Amino acid sequence: MDLALIPNGVQRCSLKVFVPWMLLWLVILAGGLLSAFLCFYKGLNQTNMNHHFAFGLWIVFDLSLIALGAGAFFSGFLTHIIGEVFIYPYVEDLKAIINAAVVIGFICYSAAIAMLGVDIGQPLRGWFIFWHANVHSMLTEVSFCITAYLGVLTIEYLPLILSNRKLNEIRELNIFGSNLHHAMALFAAAGTFLSFFHQGSLGGLFGVLFARPFAFREGFSIWPWTFFLFILSSIAAGPSFTLLCVWIAQKVTGKELVKRSVFTLLAKISGWLLATYVILKILDTISWAYGVVPRAGLSFMDFYEGPYGVWLIVAEIGIFGIIPAIILITPRLRERNDLLIVGALMNITGIVLNRFVFTIQTLAIPVMPFGKFMSYFPTWQEWGIAMGAVGYGILVFSLSYRYLPLFPQEAELNPIRVLGKAVTDSGIVKRG
Amino acid sequence: MKKEDRTQGTRYGMVIDLDTCTGCGVCSVACASENNVSVLYDESDKTRNITWMQLYMVTNGKGFPETEVVCIPRPCMQCDNPPCVPVCPSTATRKDPNTRIVSQIYTRCIGCRYCMAACPYQARSFNWFDPSFPEGMDRYLSPEVSPRMRGVVEKCSFCHHRLMRARAKAYADGRRDLKEDEYIPACVEACPTKAITFGDLNNPKHRVSELVKGPDAFRLLERLGTEPKAYYKSTKGWVRRMADNYLSGEFKGRG
Repeated sequence: MDLALIPNGVQRCSLKVFVPWMLLWLVILAGGLLSAFLCFYKGLNQTNMNHHFAFGLWIVFDLSLIALGAGAFFSGFLTHIIGEVFIYPYVEDLKAIINAAVVIGFICYSAAIAMLGVDIGQPLRGWFIFWHANVHSMLTEVSFCITAYLGVLTIEYLPLILSNRKLNEIRELNIFGSNLHHAMALFAAAGTFLSFFHQGSLGGLFGVLFARPFAFREGFSIWPWTFFLFILSSIAAGPSFTLLCVWIAQKVTGKELVKRSVFTLLAKISGWLLATYVILKILDTISWAYGVVPRAGLSFMDFYEGPYGVWLIVAEIGIFGIIPAIILITPRLRERNDLLIVGALMNITGIVLNRFVFTIQTLAIPVMPFGKFMSYFPTWQEWGIAMGAVGYGILVFSLSYRYLPLFPQEAELNPIRVLGKAVTDSGIVKRG
Repeated sequence: MKKEDRTQGTRYGMVIDLDTCTGCGVCSVACASENNVSVLYDESDKTRNITWMQLYMVTNGKGFPETEVVCIPRPCMQCDNPPCVPVCPSTATRKDPNTRIVSQIYTRCIGCRYCMAACPYQARSFNWFDPSFPEGMDRYLSPEVSPRMRGVVEKCSFCHHRLMRARAKAYADGRRDLKEDEYIPACVEACPTKAITFGDLNNPKHRVSELVKGPDAFRLLERLGTEPKAYYKSTKGWVRRMADNYLSGEFKGRG
């Protein structure tokens, strides 16, 4: 029925399969919308956040989504800036996933901004950040940059949408799309600049809290070390997340969408960045433990208690930091498909854990010398919105995959066979 | 940014004498009543109820008969180096350069709660619910203080409206400066044991400026560098020890 919309040279499942698949995620998205409605209508008392836990699951999710969405800007930077300006041997491999990376980035950022809209107590005043901007606040910088970057991502997404078979037939859209395509290096540069600052500011958000010794970090000029660590960790996790999403898409569709060399390249980029990050993170932790902590009159173990025990730092840096870094930088290990996926998954887990620790553990630790550790578990409404974001992401990605030429290598890797003969993009039957 | 000269101008602050405080809680009640602090349906939920003047009860941890208990009333510390002010994205909180009082602009607050994460004293409360008052109490609301709407952060303002009132009166009398007792917050006025002293820390004629120099004066979590303007006073060493974090052997206090 929707055959006319499906890109040339590729095959898609029938609507009988596609519609129930979409319905499943629509239901989950509807759950998120219901939760959001309750929060708007009744207020944030629908959550389990309180005066101690001013931030909760949503901020952890937001920070994670933005870190994982970094695959878009970093792939764009490597493809359009390094690849075009300098001679870069892997540019073809990157072009195979750049579309998918842009879609994933768009999903992550739009979902994060939507969640932030529910998270603030007065959503209708969200624009005050821009109108009454406090230039000293890291949150102002984050808000400006993620909003502007969502605009950049939309512009990067647009040529892909316009390359849909039916839309492409409209001459004006065709010209507009291809012109945009030529200007992509400019947007990739803008995206890189904006991402650099908001990924960093998200780290700075916690690093500047000088009255919260667990989060506070010294740094360079006005930027605490977390500023740089968050940038590095996001570009380490981003390509791994792109890799994982493409791998899941391959499993769901049962098709090879990109060549194996693309996965290897993403793993290599992720691995080396993660290794650098882990080394710097260890150095940062040591300097914090011997600097900020004793200066506040505290010892390292004062920060780890109850559910937020020392296992968290072991898991974050040791298990989900060092191990995936070794897997992803060792050619012999990343060549194995199972280890490649485990490595990417562990990498992502470690970075999400890092965001969790900075958000939740910072607030769980008592501030008063006579205070107690607090703990927090989200309500179904909080989970509902977080899951709604996942549902929304899968919906957008599924639609993009079905109707847009998301993977340039797909047609080549999966030739359509008519009576046992492969059909090329132009419809000519290949010999033999 | 230009560095602030803290010795110039007015710097309102208070000194709470913990040896005199009986922990009766009148300061807290007077504060809530004066400032139209809303009442939760379930006030026993201490993680979400709103209290500008919080009371902490601490003990020296010793068994009978050496047990000692001290109540620590905690208003907003009105820090000279407030961690909450630079983080607010919409400039909804600010330290007044003339009085050094940290204000909160409720109608500009977007409710992101970043200031609450920044404040180590948990002096800031978020309105998780629509403001509500038990039947009849709404008739006793003060017309000088605006009640806060759901979804914004609020905190102690050192009863700023009282400062406005005192200033208006002084202006009508043809004066520019306020006398020491002309402007005092509700908690100071209500305290039955006169445990709280309020005034201008920069004015040598005001008693607070002398009290903060005393050997028993201290501040909460002073090592964090927030420079609170709410001081405490206690002759008991363990109380002063409990006000901050120390590594073993670091605390050299007497008493």
